[in-house]
Amino acid sequence: MAQVIVVTSGKGGVGKTTTSAAFATGLAQRGKKTVVIDFDVGLRNLDLIMGVERRVVFDIVNVIQGEARLNQALIRDKRTEGLAILPASQTRDKDALTREGVAGIIEELSADFDYILCDSPAGIEKGALLALYFADQAIVVTNPEVSSVRDSDRILGVLQSKSRRAEEKREKVKEHLLVTRYDPNRVERGEMLKLEDVREILAIPLLGVVPENESVLRASNTGTPVIMDTESVAGQAYKDAVGRFLGEELPHRFLEPDKKPGLFKRLFGGRAA
Amino acid sequence: MMSWLDYFRSTRKPDPPSASAAKERLQIVLAHERIGRTREDFLPKLQQELVAVVARYVAIDPGKVNINLDRGGDMSTLAIEIELPGPPATAGAARTSAAAAR
Ligand SMILES: Nc1ncnc2c1ncn2[C@@H]1O[C@H](COP(=O)(O)OP(=O)(O)O)[C@@H](O)[C@H]1O
Ligand SMILES: [Mg+2]
Repeated sequence: MAQVIVVTSGKGGVGKTTTSAAFATGLAQRGKKTVVIDFDVGLRNLDLIMGVERRVVFDIVNVIQGEARLNQALIRDKRTEGLAILPASQTRDKDALTREGVAGIIEELSADFDYILCDSPAGIEKGALLALYFADQAIVVTNPEVSSVRDSDRILGVLQSKSRRAEEKREKVKEHLLVTRYDPNRVERGEMLKLEDVREILAIPLLGVVPENESVLRASNTGTPVIMDTESVAGQAYKDAVGRFLGEELPHRFLEPDKKPGLFKRLFGGRAA
Repeated sequence: MMSWLDYFRSTRKPDPPSASAAKERLQIVLAHERIGRTREDFLPKLQQELVAVVARYVAIDPGKVNINLDRGGDMSTLAIEIELPGPPATAGAARTSAAAAR
């Protein structure tokens, strides 16, 4: 039986798709058969971030409506073995996604994969509810910023009341906090919520901290999940998070601000030293 | 390269850090929203458990228990009213209320 993981946040633009692509790739790199499903019907993007946009023939709605078989819609990643992508529909409306339809897809995928990652759309409406409904585990992506933290809290409430596990009164969905776009320099200046504050407020286990990093934009430009950029701090942070997810104990990195420039450097700019 | 002016600008007294305001405001708003969220969930159970506890000490009619959660701006109150049955001489209403959250 596959584990179903939802990547969710409530708020948009916090890094769910970036995380879904990185995490799915990371799990597959570790030998886990992984499929990542884009639930953002109408705003498909995972295909671009994964670099498979030109290989999309059928999508999840085609499968639900019986216009294609699941195997025809699944895109096997060419760079990473054991990784597949199920794209969202770009043209249909959200109502084309039904709970029964998704249930069928997840059941079928369960036979072939170890992990099924669900990249949630923003909001707490139908699409987001459907993305989290079947989850066994949830990665709650949060930026150190008031509206993101509030929305994460809200989505935690939804996980505890509206997921299938909640409805069936089974053991609750396992929650993981992933803080992304973290900027230690701004934290040091008191301009951004500290990691400790976010942890204290949301009070769920911390899976990782991904710093704000230029490599993410670069990765999206080329359609390469940022975890494949092994030199970048964001890529390394995602790799650590995958390791922790698989049970490794790894220290959190990239939490410290850059060294402060001395007076001399401040006077004469970057050329000194 | 920075000019002298930039140097003085960058060392001028900074604005007070805003992150602590963010934390405080979040804690307050979330305390409220969490009560609202669990409201339907915990009230029936609370009522059941309360009735069970009170019934250990005095005979009560489980139908005559009233629980009210009032959410206000600064304070929320949880009011519990339990009517005690019995002859008029000893009858009365035990009233108790507790502040649930700020
Ligand atoms: N760690 C990061 N550093 C810098 N930019 C990031 C980071 N994570 C995400 N981004 C950027 O934020 C934007 C939103 O990310 P995305 O993953 O699409 O969010 P969501 O799926 O939650 O809407 C994108 O432009 C992405 O490149
Ligand atoms: Mg997205």
